[in-house]
Amino acid sequence: MIEIVSRERCIACDKCIEVCPTNVFDRGADGIPVIDRQSDCQTCFMCEAYCPVDALFVDPRSHPLPEPPDEAELAADGLLGSYRKQIGWGRGRVPGAKLAVGPSLDRAARAPLTS
Amino acid sequence: MTDLTTDVFVAGGGPAGAWAAIKAAEAGASVVLADKGYLGTSGATASGGTGVWYVEPRPEDREKAMASREGLGGYLADRDWMARVLDQTYANMNELAEISRYPFPVDADGRQIRRGLQGPEYMRRMRVRVRRAGVRVLDHSPVTELLADGSGAVAGAAGHHLRDDRPFQVKAGAVVLATGGCAFLSKALGCDVNTGDGALFAAEAGAELSGMEFSNAYAIAPAFTSVTKTAFYSFATFYHADGTVLEGAGSQRGRSVIARTLLTEPVLCRIDRATPEEQLAMRLAQANFFLPFDRQGIDPFHDLFPVTLLAEGTVRGTGGIRITGPDCSTTVPGLFAAGDAATRELICGGFTGGGSHNSAWAMSSGTWAGQGAARHATALGGRAGRRSVRPLGEAGIRPAGRPAGGHAEYVAAVQAEVLPYEKNLLRHGDRLAPALESLDGTWRDLRESLVEDGAGAVRARSAAAMTAHARWMYTAALARTETRGMHKRQDLPDQDPAQHHRLVTGGLDDVWTRPETAEAAPAAPAEQAAPAEKALAVAS
Repeated sequence: MIEIVSRERCIACDKCIEVCPTNVFDRGADGIPVIDRQSDCQTCFMCEAYCPVDALFVDPRSHPLPEPPDEAELAADGLLGSYRKQIGWGRGRVPGAKLAVGPSLDRAARAPLTS
Repeated sequence: MTDLTTDVFVAGGGPAGAWAAIKAAEAGASVVLADKGYLGTSGATASGGTGVWYVEPRPEDREKAMASREGLGGYLADRDWMARVLDQTYANMNELAEISRYPFPVDADGRQIRRGLQGPEYMRRMRVRVRRAGVRVLDHSPVTELLADGSGAVAGAAGHHLRDDRPFQVKAGAVVLATGGCAFLSKALGCDVNTGDGALFAAEAGAELSGMEFSNAYAIAPAFTSVTKTAFYSFATFYHADGTVLEGAGSQRGRSVIARTLLTEPVLCRIDRATPEEQLAMRLAQANFFLPFDRQGIDPFHDLFPVTLLAEGTVRGTGGIRITGPDCSTTVPGLFAAGDAATRELICGGFTGGGSHNSAWAMSSGTWAGQGAARHATALGGRAGRRSVRPLGEAGIRPAGRPAGGHAEYVAAVQAEVLPYEKNLLRHGDRLAPALESLDGTWRDLRESLVEDGAGAVRARSAAAMTAHARWMYTAALARTETRGMHKRQDLPDQDPAQHHRLVTGGLDDVWTRPETAEAAPAAPAEQAAPAEKALAVAS
């Protein structure tokens, strides 16, 4: 679930508020989005993909953590913005779609592709 | 209150809704599209990646593609519909390349490989094209009910703008329901917006459903996560907690073994049958598959990790609103259905692994529904906005008795009957019957009292939609007294040749089901009509 909106990185562009399919965010008094309805988060990572400054962190567990993870540690581990980087969104990057050629599934299982 | 008038109204902004809006606008109609979330991120496709049933128009390739899943689907699909979906999908994917400039990968000969789509990239580009077509897009604006004119024809929809907490109404000449399937808020990737709302709206307008027994799809995910990308588990081995191999478990045919085992003990997994080259290809093909691993410090190719199965209901099942014409019309005038909201039996019978066929169906049915809705609206000659309309919503919006809230309790009650593997996936008449009885009780209670204000109206309607969906599913599952497609009855493990027909389901307070007769089967389009005896043979 969404755990972090980095106050340090956020440029208050409202993009995450706009794109969240389950309407998790609201605008805080100072313009920085706040996570208002965390339990509605469906852990789809779309807000991270759209955040232009890598200010968001979605933990892969689909339940809230007791405490949000440490932002500095996540940044040091390269996990802030890692999804956006992998799908190749952002200036100067090659779109991930251009490289998306998966392994042949025929070898692993002679059955239809189920994605 | 926002009060709009348009030729075509599209409910849902996933791929099917986006294609419907574009094609209706290209046909000259004015179009309003409303999505529960955001056109571009909403739904099962946007947050994932998907294969596409894209087959070159070579007769032998097309024949092979059509034959490949007929048996898995229990021979309930229709060759004419398959052929036209293959044609339409081919055209739409080529439009994606040429008009939307989707960055497809290229093969060694420099030719684009157009057999798959990355969800975020696909839907971002679809949003651009929808807006360029002049469609008015209402984001964060879930529909809560349909409107009908005096004759019962669908004449628009009403809903609620979540961001500024006010209602809206759109009068329309025709409505396309592209609201997705129903995954019962299971937290399967991208599926929490898919609560079966469209099927409820359709049933309230008098439409029918088909294939609701094919509603027990479950996807493999790392335990406690949402990432339901199952394809790569064909490279996996499954284990007991003590490290011994779980015999018979697999992503394709051994999913029920995983389910049975999960009832009593954890199931561990390791993707240990992929070469280094294949491992690299997986990362490129499906970046989000690795998020749960990379962010929890797990190396899925070397470490054992626990897995779970998440319900995907009719998102990856094939049941949905029954289609009665080649333009994806329904039994109700002015109402069209597309994508996962509609039945996908026409092209894959009682089984879909998701992905490939569903994405092809979404773009094809969306195209036809959009064009059909535009034709219907045009034929009204501008009367759409002048018709007097009445709202059709009942359960969760206009209770029969004393009003009360409580949507969360109803959702929990439905989930308790449809999420457990021993009820929905491992089906048995002795467990389905009491589950249906409990769901009928939930329906009676919420029908009597459930209603909530503002954004709560949306949650109340979703609770009602999920309850209705579950009752149609189990009614059909009890009526199909055999095993066919994904519907596997432990008490009736054989396929019964006498039940080689689709099941039509419907009703709200009183749910009914009946076999679809050959004469009533959805017609193929005139220009591709099959000889009568062939149509009968396929549908019987």
